[in-house]
Amino acid sequence: MSIALEVNGKTLQVEAAPDTPLLWVLRDELKMTGSKFGCGIAQCGACTVHADGQPIRSCSTPIEALAGVKITTIEGLNGDHPLQAAWVKHDVPQCGYCQSGQIMAAAALLAEKPHPTDADINAAMSGNICRCGAYQRIRAAIKDAAASKSA
Amino acid sequence: MNKPVTLSQNGTTRRDLVVGASLVGGALLVGCSPTDILNLGAKKIDFGAFGPFIKIGADGAVTVISKHIEFGQGTHAGLAAIVAEELDADWSRVLVEQSPANTKVYQNLLFGAQGTGGSTAIANSWMQLRQAGASARAMFVQAASSKWRVPAAEITVKDSVVSHASGKSASFADLLKDAAKVAPPTAPTLKDPKTFTLIGTQKVRRKDSLAKSTGTAIYTQDIHMPGMLTAMVAHAPRFGAKVASYDDTEAKKVKGVVKIFKIATGVAVVAENTWAAKQGRDALKVTWDESKAEKRSTPEIAQSYAKIASARSDGTPFEARGDATTAFGGPLHTATFDFPYLAHASMEPMNCVAQVDGQKVKLTYGCQGPTMDQVNVAKAIGVLPGAIEIETLTTGGSFGRRATVDGDYVVECARIAKKIGGFTPVKLVWTREDDMLGGHYRPMVHHNLAIKVGVDGYPAAWRHTVVTQSIMKGSPMPQGKFEAAAVEGVLGSPYLKAASVVDGQVILAESPVSVLWWRSVGGTHTALVMEHTIDQLAAKAGKDPVDYRRALYTKADAKRHLAVMDLATQKAGWGKPLPAGTARGIAVHESFGSVVAQVAEVSIIDGVPRVGRVVCAVDCGIAIAPDQIAAQMEGAVTYGLSAALFGEITLKDGLVQQHNFDTYRVLRQNEAPTVETYIVPSGANPSGIGEPGTPPIAPAVANALLALTGKPTTSLPFVKA
Repeated sequence: MSIALEVNGKTLQVEAAPDTPLLWVLRDELKMTGSKFGCGIAQCGACTVHADGQPIRSCSTPIEALAGVKITTIEGLNGDHPLQAAWVKHDVPQCGYCQSGQIMAAAALLAEKPHPTDADINAAMSGNICRCGAYQRIRAAIKDAAASKSA
Repeated sequence: MNKPVTLSQNGTTRRDLVVGASLVGGALLVGCSPTDILNLGAKKIDFGAFGPFIKIGADGAVTVISKHIEFGQGTHAGLAAIVAEELDADWSRVLVEQSPANTKVYQNLLFGAQGTGGSTAIANSWMQLRQAGASARAMFVQAASSKWRVPAAEITVKDSVVSHASGKSASFADLLKDAAKVAPPTAPTLKDPKTFTLIGTQKVRRKDSLAKSTGTAIYTQDIHMPGMLTAMVAHAPRFGAKVASYDDTEAKKVKGVVKIFKIATGVAVVAENTWAAKQGRDALKVTWDESKAEKRSTPEIAQSYAKIASARSDGTPFEARGDATTAFGGPLHTATFDFPYLAHASMEPMNCVAQVDGQKVKLTYGCQGPTMDQVNVAKAIGVLPGAIEIETLTTGGSFGRRATVDGDYVVECARIAKKIGGFTPVKLVWTREDDMLGGHYRPMVHHNLAIKVGVDGYPAAWRHTVVTQSIMKGSPMPQGKFEAAAVEGVLGSPYLKAASVVDGQVILAESPVSVLWWRSVGGTHTALVMEHTIDQLAAKAGKDPVDYRRALYTKADAKRHLAVMDLATQKAGWGKPLPAGTARGIAVHESFGSVVAQVAEVSIIDGVPRVGRVVCAVDCGIAIAPDQIAAQMEGAVTYGLSAALFGEITLKDGLVQQHNFDTYRVLRQNEAPTVETYIVPSGANPSGIGEPGTPPIAPAVANALLALTGKPTTSLPFVKA
């Protein structure tokens, strides 16, 4: 069936069963492949996108739950989010596969808490696994982006 | 299965040629090099004037061709820097491109086959790429010399600009056409490493950070091609089981499912998209023939290993020195260690895109071992190995998982694509569960030690027995007299060198559970065994663990071990007071040509070891990309710590108990240590960096826990589920 989704400011019609997870609609139907498939059960965070500004796991969110919800993906940050500049400055990515999800989780954090503490970062970012172990650079880049935003 | 290669007398190949995996390291046909055979069917690569590793565009931008895959380890930055240094290229305008698969042109000089692993990418490319860069530089210098009629010796190159004291200057772009006509020198002059301006500096940064921070880097999972189908496979729940029969009535009803058929590894469901493939696959009802399947549970396997080690009846010596018959009398320090199966659990589960149309085959994926995969796919679907075109993409980690000796998921994908035919792109997608249940684990390992301590408190005689499954069996790698991968780190240890009697044996056990190298291979267990034993011996001798090691390293003339230990302990403040409930532990381990020392600060919170700060000192020869060396230390510590704390794949009646990250716990942001990296200056050729940071962390933590609690560690993980 046809469902309307609002993704990155555009309303898009997609043909998919209502119980299809958003991730597979984004990736296979809309060809927006920045959001990654890592676990399929909301355990790793590689598929993180925003739903009305809140970070959600798109692998476990059926599209039928998203009517009228504003979805933002990594593509929607347009490459000019201060976090993305900080990620490059710190050479955060190694394999890079988790980083879209990490950045989306961090972007939601900064939107709510412009100057996060270490405890805030732990609380917001511990749902996102990085097997390459870029955690300390992720933390440094979030702090750097927070500082640059206020400057 | 492994029919030998047959060649007709004029050297042309039979169409039905099958390459045996043994050919990589073993017997060969007269007049035919192993490379020639592995490369059979390969298209000639038409590279430009600057050879197979360098392309220079009309705008003067330099592209370095990497024969090695980039999957996080930063090798593309390091390889490009080697070329840029000798070429004196403008680093900001250097790009990196992935080479095609070609065993002849792009082989790993340490493997004799194309592939990335064993932390060899930089080490094997070092002279090759320096020469390539220097050769291209000489061509520009010669072109300018002819054009300006000045001696070549008076010409300098900096940041892709060629200059002469007379004031004449030209960019690579200006000189490109003339330089391309110059014959490459056979023995170009290389720089004195003391004059390097790029290598070893913080200027050497990753080239892929922006793409990987914007979701635009393309992984296998992201591939979409016109007409592409997506496949998933129902695999056997027990290792060694085969399909007996299947019922696809319900699976066929799933919208988007195109085809369902049996393959060697299970039942494949081919669909229009990923979600349909998954729903179809999950709706299959498969009956398995489990007559040859592994049905044991982990405790049973562990007990059998311990028994084999105690009996010691079937061992192969890996080191035998001195008179072992009399050396082990009287009281001994004895210990056993048990290690579980480990999944690599890279972020991107295994996947591959294959297109097959008769003899025409193309694979598009994160390919770690092009030659091995070509050989395995060639055998499976009956084509020439070199004719298999491979487009290698970056991949969401590997840690060894994507280089398999049996072709595994790549062969599975090729078989499905052959059945579909018509060069239709077929993307094989493994879910996390497929990946975690898919074997190729770091094998279970048991160590049994008996050490006679001399009157001086140091080991005089060392008896060591290792029981594990073979990683190398069935692999195209040289097998050797014993399973070296199981004992590396014991073999060659300075502690063994310092002992006068050594009696080391390795015994191989069998199981249908597939096993594989896992970041740092033998070091994943041998480092804990050696380093934790040394701390226990030091405690028995009433000596500080660092002083105790220093005496042994001095006796064994292990200068690099001494240097990294001194640097790490100095930076960590070894011996200085810590808050109550926190202790330091040290470990030093050599692997892949590099030596790493780590000092970990550990406390115990709610019964779980908490690692706060880790200080690393590393000697990896000439440091090319210091920031990426630090990144690899950070990553290796996290990866090794994750496994040491939580990592374990267990079997119950042959069934894997961990299916996803909910039960296979890995380290997360709130548990991550802060890692500091210090590099020992060196003039030696570069050695490995992707793996050597992994082995020391588990023993560093175990040694800190020993200091905190007095209790030795006898098995991993520290935190049992």
